[in-house]
Amino acid sequence: MCAIAGICNSKNGKVDTQALERMIGIVRHRGPDDWGIHSDNGIGLANARLSIIDLSGGHQPIHNEDRSVWITFNGEIFNYVELRKKLLSRGHVFATHSDTEVILHLYEEKGEDCVRDLNGQWALAVWDAIERKLFLSRDRLGVRPLFYTKAGENLIFSSEIKSIFAHPNIPRELDLAALDQIFTFWFTLPPRTIFKGICELPPGHSLTFEGGQVKVRPYWRLDFPTDYALSENDGIEQLVALLTDATRIRLRSDVPVGAYLSGGLDSTIVTALINKFAGGRLRTFSIGFTPSDLDESPYQKQAIDFLDTAHQQVSCGYPDVAHVFPNVIWHTEKPILRAAPAPMYLLSKLVRDNGYKVVLTGEGADEILGGYDIFKEAKIRRFWAAQPHSTTRATLLRRLYPYQSNLQKQPDAYLQRFFQASPQDLSNPFFSHLPRWELTSRLKMFFSDEVRSELSGHDAVTELYNQLPLDYFRWHSFCQAQYLETMFLLPGYILSSQGDRVALAHAVEARHPFLDYRLVEFASQIPPHLKMKVLNEKYILKRAFGHLLPATILQRPKQPYRAPDGRSFFAGFGADYVRTLLAPEKIEADGIFDSHAVSKLAEKFRAGHAIGVKDDMAIVGILSTQLVIDQFISSFQQGGSLWPEPKQSYAVS
Amino acid sequence: MARTQAELRRFIVDNFLYGRACRLRDDDSFLETGMIDSTGLLELVNFLEKQYGIKVEEADLVPENLDSIVRLTQFLRRKLEQPKELAGSPKLERQTA
Repeated sequence: MCAIAGICNSKNGKVDTQALERMIGIVRHRGPDDWGIHSDNGIGLANARLSIIDLSGGHQPIHNEDRSVWITFNGEIFNYVELRKKLLSRGHVFATHSDTEVILHLYEEKGEDCVRDLNGQWALAVWDAIERKLFLSRDRLGVRPLFYTKAGENLIFSSEIKSIFAHPNIPRELDLAALDQIFTFWFTLPPRTIFKGICELPPGHSLTFEGGQVKVRPYWRLDFPTDYALSENDGIEQLVALLTDATRIRLRSDVPVGAYLSGGLDSTIVTALINKFAGGRLRTFSIGFTPSDLDESPYQKQAIDFLDTAHQQVSCGYPDVAHVFPNVIWHTEKPILRAAPAPMYLLSKLVRDNGYKVVLTGEGADEILGGYDIFKEAKIRRFWAAQPHSTTRATLLRRLYPYQSNLQKQPDAYLQRFFQASPQDLSNPFFSHLPRWELTSRLKMFFSDEVRSELSGHDAVTELYNQLPLDYFRWHSFCQAQYLETMFLLPGYILSSQGDRVALAHAVEARHPFLDYRLVEFASQIPPHLKMKVLNEKYILKRAFGHLLPATILQRPKQPYRAPDGRSFFAGFGADYVRTLLAPEKIEADGIFDSHAVSKLAEKFRAGHAIGVKDDMAIVGILSTQLVIDQFISSFQQGGSLWPEPKQSYAVS
Repeated sequence: MARTQAELRRFIVDNFLYGRACRLRDDDSFLETGMIDSTGLLELVNFLEKQYGIKVEEADLVPENLDSIVRLTQFLRRKLEQPKELAGSPKLERQTA
């Protein structure tokens, strides 16, 4: 895994290589093993490398046979072995054994369409010196990040936004519309990012910069049928074949591969499949939580014993979250509403400390096979809304969120009011997600009057609506909800803030077999009733792989990954930076939030009275926004180092 | 009861609106305005029990008792002033009226 960065000048002018060095220097955490720069008239490409395939020969940027095409690449192409064979048979001459060079020659063959042949996770830049064209591309599901901005005659791009800011004269300003999106959905809608003028290349898209013109085009999108023909048995057979192969090719590596093992269904299945291929005892890694209601250690132990892996666990409690939180936000580069990325940051450190830099995970299964509670919630609400006076149907609400004890304590009358839906709601294209978005939107009460006034007339939900494909409105409601999770929350939060950014903070590459595009495309053909049979989530996955798992894990109630939240920052742990960033004068100076409201919220936490999800999300959202302002706007340090060091600018008492 | 109503209002405003009370009327529904989420009700009950020494029963937990400042005040008055076995839900109150 690596970082890429570059500058392209549309007038063929000289590129500022010192700026490029700073840009790649500030993201060396992603690629500590090697770095390189190529510059010529009109172009500068940079790479920081984490060596995984072709350890000695994979230096980047690299060029083709006649040096007319150059590439800098972040990611892995898992089918590079097969692609290389084809290209060799067509006469291409390879100088290395890397997957990077495969893309280069494939570009020579197919131009921009080359990415359609790739099975992997990538952010890449190709410079075509003959066409004078820069070509950028990002993988289908958005596993790897890629940002860009237009600055005069230059297009400046990088794996991380801080790297773009390391270029001189790039304005650093918060985009309030993006903040509004995060305080509605948890994510921004690409190309918008939390910083004005900085764009995110959307997943499944490519970009060309030619003659000063930026063109962004999709090359792939998630689709669902309107009729389903797949039988249960055929579905199981194909699911087994595809996930097995997706796992097999993700073990291609010249360094040892480990796995994240949470104790849940998905990572246990992936671990069981790795065991089929890997020689020797597999190394697995997990998090244990000291708030016991969040802890899954007993299930982890069952999986470890059953699959006989060599396991290591990192323990995480409230003080740990508070301690690493500023560093986490330095990596997420955007406000977050849950502290869940913090333990993942500790987990990647554990992997790295054990000498590993590649892990497989179970990420993606809940999106493509219908595992999330939100799918179940929508199904029950829809069933109930069809006959709103039915008390029998309403009792199904008790089946939701069994792990949320506060919710379970609610009397029926209140529970029903929280989840109520009317028959006319049934036709709303966002039926599944509206309750969640409405809850999150209530956090906007903390915005200052100035921000609220600036945002008046702005509607995040309409912006999302405008990004939907026309076919969306013809899909089954279950698939509509899946689309929202897979195309927006997955890249915008799960794979980024909770994935790539905190894993690469410690130079760890995560690979996700469930997000093999062949499997994603196949899963969309599975009828919704086989994904969630009545209220049994991921039914077909359990049928397909149940025999590889301990019965307790197969039958356990679904528990999502949750981490210590708001209380981390109070109740005696008292991190200095929390007091500094939430001080009324600081809040007023930054201008985003209402200082009086923030003080009331902090008081509530200090008094131990904050027990709800809304308060948790509010404090994490406010604190992370303040950290973004502080680290990227007020006191941003441009001089990234070519030798990465941990960033520890906040004292913790 | 005016003082109690003011106290209740202050708790609601501080705890659920974080001091931002600009448009809250005493008869606004907490549920309709989205002020109280699933844990908000538990916070409210904890406050009533601690602050006023009453016991909020399972049967009391209905919006008719707890869903606005006015309703809360009336509920509290019933709890504080009437004999324990009769206080509580409007249904019980109606039976004794």
